[in-house]
Amino acid sequence: MANGAGKIAVGKSAAITKGGAVVAAALILMCLGTLAAVLWRAEGAGLTSADLSAIRFSVLQAAASAAVSVLLAVPLARALARRRFFGRTLLITLLGAPFLVPVIVAVMGLLAIFGRAGLLNLGLEALGLPRVSIYGFHGVVLAHVFFNLPLAVRILLQGWQAIPAERFRLAAALGFAPADVLRHLERPMLRAVLPGAALVIFTLCLSSFAVALTLGGGPRATTVELGIYQALRFDFDLGRAALLSSVQFALCATAVLISLRVGAPTHFGGGLDRAAMPWPGLGRASLVQDALAIGFGAAFLISPLVMLVARGVPGLADLPMAIWPALLRSLLVAALSCAITMTAALILAAAIIRGPFARALELAAMLPLATSSLVLGTGLFITLQPLIAAERLTLPVTALVNATLALPFALRILLPALRLTEADFGRLATSLSLTGVARWRWVILPRLRPPMGFAAGLVAALSIGDLGVVALFAGQSGVTLPLLVQNLMGSYQTEAAAAVALVLILVSFTVFGALDYGGRRDADT
Amino acid sequence: MKSSLFAAGYLAAATMASAETPVLPILNVLTYDSFVAEWGPGPAVEKAFEAICACDLRFVTAGDGAALLARIKLEGAASEADVVLGLDTNLTAAAAASGLFAPHGQTLANDLPIAYADPLFLPFDWGYFAFVYDKTKLATPPASFEALAASDLKILIQDPRASTPGLGLLMWVKAAYGDRAGEIWAGLADNIVTVTPGWSEAYGLFLEGEADMVLSYTTSPAYHLIAEDDDTKAAAAFDEGHYLQIEVAGKLAASDQPILADAFLAFMGSDAAQSIIPETNWMYPAKRPSAGLPAGFETLITPVKSLLIPADQAEAIRAKAIEEWQTALAK
Repeated sequence: MANGAGKIAVGKSAAITKGGAVVAAALILMCLGTLAAVLWRAEGAGLTSADLSAIRFSVLQAAASAAVSVLLAVPLARALARRRFFGRTLLITLLGAPFLVPVIVAVMGLLAIFGRAGLLNLGLEALGLPRVSIYGFHGVVLAHVFFNLPLAVRILLQGWQAIPAERFRLAAALGFAPADVLRHLERPMLRAVLPGAALVIFTLCLSSFAVALTLGGGPRATTVELGIYQALRFDFDLGRAALLSSVQFALCATAVLISLRVGAPTHFGGGLDRAAMPWPGLGRASLVQDALAIGFGAAFLISPLVMLVARGVPGLADLPMAIWPALLRSLLVAALSCAITMTAALILAAAIIRGPFARALELAAMLPLATSSLVLGTGLFITLQPLIAAERLTLPVTALVNATLALPFALRILLPALRLTEADFGRLATSLSLTGVARWRWVILPRLRPPMGFAAGLVAALSIGDLGVVALFAGQSGVTLPLLVQNLMGSYQTEAAAAVALVLILVSFTVFGALDYGGRRDADT
Repeated sequence: MKSSLFAAGYLAAATMASAETPVLPILNVLTYDSFVAEWGPGPAVEKAFEAICACDLRFVTAGDGAALLARIKLEGAASEADVVLGLDTNLTAAAAASGLFAPHGQTLANDLPIAYADPLFLPFDWGYFAFVYDKTKLATPPASFEALAASDLKILIQDPRASTPGLGLLMWVKAAYGDRAGEIWAGLADNIVTVTPGWSEAYGLFLEGEADMVLSYTTSPAYHLIAEDDDTKAAAAFDEGHYLQIEVAGKLAASDQPILADAFLAFMGSDAAQSIIPETNWMYPAKRPSAGLPAGFETLITPVKSLLIPADQAEAIRAKAIEEWQTALAK
């Protein structure tokens, strides 16, 4: 972003900045305001030595999960970026699925492969090899990689696709070997994209609770979020909950600052949106490498899902009645939160591009990642409960919370694309007096359609699959699909739970796929 | 933000409009999720009570037992709830200390295995914690914690910091072994596959074959036998005795329907409600129904000894016991 011209006239500038400020203020209110509400009802607390070891474990597992996720994502995303094969598009969509599956359901799928009675151990036993245990630090990291590798792959894939085809043409003309492509094109791109991806995954894993505990093998795997849960549920110690939540914010803020320092923005200059061309200088070695990356990646990410489908099918014939209203509610919540998030993210992205307070706005947009949904829910409850009965608010509150929690993802996806569009076409558009609505209509939105579709699909699916705070607010008439799965599992109805979970996966996947496809249709970039 | 507030207002208005038709007084009962599920006791209880009360019984739900208490403390005296149904004996001391509950003033006969009387809370069902196993995979289950610790059997338990069964197990070991509890936990450490945040995760993992035994209830095999026609599950009888979980209901002091609330508490102890419990909540009814327990319940083990640490003591030793548990398992 060396030139100033590209920043001008994304829209009515003052209005955009004002809009961005409103969105940022709303985010601060949702994330820090709810924390303040919890604090307001609190009675003081201090950190214990158990808290300190929980903080240590949280940071270590989150850092390991983030590092492994992005490192594994590099060969996989590169293979997907430089190969064209039958079913590639479908594969890319399928790879996104683990990110969209509710946590406890995904854990069941992982255990069907990696558990003590899972396929892996059955295979090892048949070969006369010793069994491996998934429970422990490595199990926590494995699960987090399973959840977040798809996200990392998608973020990196976008990075690769953002390198214009013209640069590859030039590289081919200059007779670049893969090592030269790596040095001149890929490494600068990775330097710009990797820290952000790692940061998002780190903050997500930091507040892990059910996964860390279930696969951690014992109380050593205690995260800060468990402390928050305990404080809110059992001890009713709001002060402790608020304190631990502040610790989580501080850890995330540190991570944000580090990633901003490490990351270096890059720019390859504008292109003509030509169709991607064959990668220069690819030999047999790279083909083997890519085939392995895609093969292992797909097997790792898709096999647990196959097991979930297999577990869910027997119960499909006898679905509980409650599934239909729950499905409707889930879709309603998803539509609502999708609309809120996309509007807010676009306004925010435009305001960030425009310049003033960009850093502050970007930081505000990261807040939800560090927010404990438990504290968010409790804070909202404390704030809203004197005004109106909680169960009347279930759906709008759930939508609002899901929208807040999903905003950072939507922004991460939209912002680089918008930035690139402005940098590459901003001056031309300005010289043609394309401003305001016309500029959005003819220049920005067509170029933003693929990331918008992806972001909308992600937000909707996250909202369908996320339990979030619905459990805190749900009345008899507020049960959504994930809550129904949990209720069924809590009442011995394992088969029905697996069937509803399958429906949930199919629904969130269909919604994600439809929106993602809608964005990419007829778009080559 | 604006659009969602609008939606909130709209939804609230719509709910109120639809609620205008009945002129019956409303009794709000706060309970846990699975109680009101279509397969839970809720629907039948609602139907039976509304047939006699000339009122509209409404269930409001909040997660599990621990969530109920957190919810009621958050809401305080402003709560719309009249009755809280589903706290257990590990929570009653904290619930009583909140000052939000009113004495029920009733004496209901019950068949609990130990004497239980509380001025604020009336029991509606109960069960024994136990380790459940699959008879086809484990021929001779251990008969005590010490035998379990000495074996190389794998078990799944719940975290006492996040779940009531997990806390129940903690109290079980404490009640059975007192000062030796830490030693027992250290012995169990290598048997524990993992510690889950709640009952459903542990039980789900057990059904997937992740461990030989899971902490659940002596009544769990009855579900598999009666609802699934599967007689392979059984609970291991421990010589130390088994810890009790008693689920109770209480009336809120701030209730605007105290008479209806009393009537509901009395109804929960009646034959009509108690006969619903066994096959919906899969627990023992507090008072054995006149028609007896459903066929299948006679196959369940009957512990030689019932253990229960009184509510106020349990509350007092909880933090210490959790610390002991954490230290023993972190080694």
